[in-house]
Amino acid sequence: MAQSSVAVSGGPFGTMDKALLLKIHALMVRARVLEERCIKMGRTGEGYFWIGGPGEEAFNVSLGLQVKKGQGPRYDYLNLHYRNSATLLAMGAATIDSIRQMRTVATDPYTKGRNFVNHYCVPEWNVVPVTSTIETQYSSAIGTAIANARTPGDAVTIVTGGDGGTAEGDFHSCLVWANRPVLPLPILIIVVNNHYAISVPEATQHGEKKISDWGKVFGMAAKTIDGNDVAESYAAIQEALAYCRKERKPYLLEAVCSRLHGHSSASGANRVNEPDCIAIFEEKLAAQGIAKKEDFDKVWTQALAEVDAAHQQVKKEPYPAPDTIWDGVYFESLPSSYPRKGGS
Amino acid sequence: MANMVQAIRLALHYGEENLGVKEIFGEDVGPPLGGVFTATQGLRTAWNSPLDERGIVGAAMGLAWAGFRPVAEIQFVDYIFNVIDLLKLAANATWTSGGRYKTPMVVMTPTGSGIHGSIYHSHSFDSIATKLHGMKVVCPSTPLDAYGLMISAIKDDNPVLFLKPKALLRVKGEELIPGEPSDEKELRSMIDAPIGDRSQWKPRWPDVKEYAIPIGQGKISKPGADATVVTHGRLAPVALEVAKAFAAAGTGDVEVVDMRSLVPYDWELIKSSIKKTGRVLFLNEETEITNFGEHLFRRTVDELFYDLKVRPRLLCGKATPGIGLSPVLEYAIVPQKTDVERALRELLDEPA
Repeated sequence: MAQSSVAVSGGPFGTMDKALLLKIHALMVRARVLEERCIKMGRTGEGYFWIGGPGEEAFNVSLGLQVKKGQGPRYDYLNLHYRNSATLLAMGAATIDSIRQMRTVATDPYTKGRNFVNHYCVPEWNVVPVTSTIETQYSSAIGTAIANARTPGDAVTIVTGGDGGTAEGDFHSCLVWANRPVLPLPILIIVVNNHYAISVPEATQHGEKKISDWGKVFGMAAKTIDGNDVAESYAAIQEALAYCRKERKPYLLEAVCSRLHGHSSASGANRVNEPDCIAIFEEKLAAQGIAKKEDFDKVWTQALAEVDAAHQQVKKEPYPAPDTIWDGVYFESLPSSYPRKGGS
Repeated sequence: MANMVQAIRLALHYGEENLGVKEIFGEDVGPPLGGVFTATQGLRTAWNSPLDERGIVGAAMGLAWAGFRPVAEIQFVDYIFNVIDLLKLAANATWTSGGRYKTPMVVMTPTGSGIHGSIYHSHSFDSIATKLHGMKVVCPSTPLDAYGLMISAIKDDNPVLFLKPKALLRVKGEELIPGEPSDEKELRSMIDAPIGDRSQWKPRWPDVKEYAIPIGQGKISKPGADATVVTHGRLAPVALEVAKAFAAAGTGDVEVVDMRSLVPYDWELIKSSIKKTGRVLFLNEETEITNFGEHLFRRTVDELFYDLKVRPRLLCGKATPGIGLSPVLEYAIVPQKTDVERALRELLDEPA
């Protein structure tokens, strides 16, 4: 839920108080250090494919802190994509669990070693399974949003994806279903625009001036913001969620963010020269006298120590046993005659 | 007796009143039409969706993950191909989440040939459906089985694809659904919407009872000692008719196994029948290349080779890109009664 806000600084942070700003900073740093560790694990053979969200921390932490967290349709549903690590950490996820998923160990609480890193799944927090299939979360979000719409209260559905995925039909399905006159849906439709679909520049494939312009077709609330800016992100999410919660209608929010390590490990995951939301934030915090370089150093050091300790712990944990492949084919156990030999 | 579409409607009504079904939806599913085959006519929670199969299946997935038990319809299985990735996600959500998420949703859709449906109203989907591991797939051949399987599908914690044989939807049953009025005219007057203006019409539902056929349980429609035919859906009554005719003529005692569930399937029932007769025909209307019946065929060869008296057979659709509209073409592509007669005759006549 939204933090209580007491203006301490005015200026670039509006009504956000110091404690909240420092909390956001610490979460952003933890998310960054975690992602950089996962990239390194992939490179050193401790894991395989990496895909994640360095560059989206300002927006994603701001989102995670404002989720109405819980299980069932009285709480927010999250249909996320694989760049939402900072959202999960802001909601209270442990860094060690992402390292577990990266290392594919049995203790991976999201997928038991079955899926790529940053493919979260947390039933207790309404985080539905994250998939590698681009944009399908915008279709499943229709369903969780109907559940929210049918349930008294102010819970909403949140869906996130990238700019590239908006070319898929699922994005347009989501817009159509969210704006049905018979049942408008309380759904925050987020598009994180990093201007690339893997290697293809947005400008070469998309004629839309802004992705949020799709909202004009439906006369729906929509906005494009600087997702690299903490205060702008936090305020925009606060406004959009308040609208969805009260009006029980959809809101299209486009957040322009950097993509600091490329699409994934498939393209090397090397650091690129784009604006860094953490550096921008630290500069503003320092300029406002809210924190100093030494304070930031301490946060980075603590995050590194946390991730180091988690990494060491995960190295001791077992990989899944081969016979676990049959767990969860169905929710109940398999019938004894189910074919299991894999051939003759 | 109720026909299959009435039986499905009665099961959905039972689901609304007793099993927590709150969302039944799809194209033309709500009033005034109540489904192009009327399977959802008069239902309290049925509503119309946009013409968008991806939205329909996505909505079902999200609702299922939110603990609802949605029933969604794809108007014809021929139009399900653009949601295969979503169905795959629905099917694998429990596995990929390490067993933590349930996906209790039903997707029902008319399947198969037999209504002169041409290229896009005649498809079968069995082989692809049975590759969506984690999804359960059922396909009834009688109204009572449709009723019982729909009740089980609604109660199941896994996604269930409920294939409705188009050609059988208007065929009356020979068994009463528990609570169904014995006079079929009375049933029609209670639950079938009138022709014309139906804006003021409301159904009067009979007090139908719970009757669940476990998913994964086949049935012997007709016992026999000489040969086994394993089938489902539209071809199950065809096989039964042929088997009865052979029995009446004294030309062979064929056992008819109606699978009812394609995945999980009743291997114990199939196995025991083949062990008894030593002769088996797998019969379906899917196309020949990578046919679901080929899996059963292979398993038979692996596990029952030394119980077989003659080579096993598969009779299925021809591997053409579509099913032609002209009856000459449709009958040449999809197995018909005469094909079943010939295949069973050959199976019975081959010397052991």
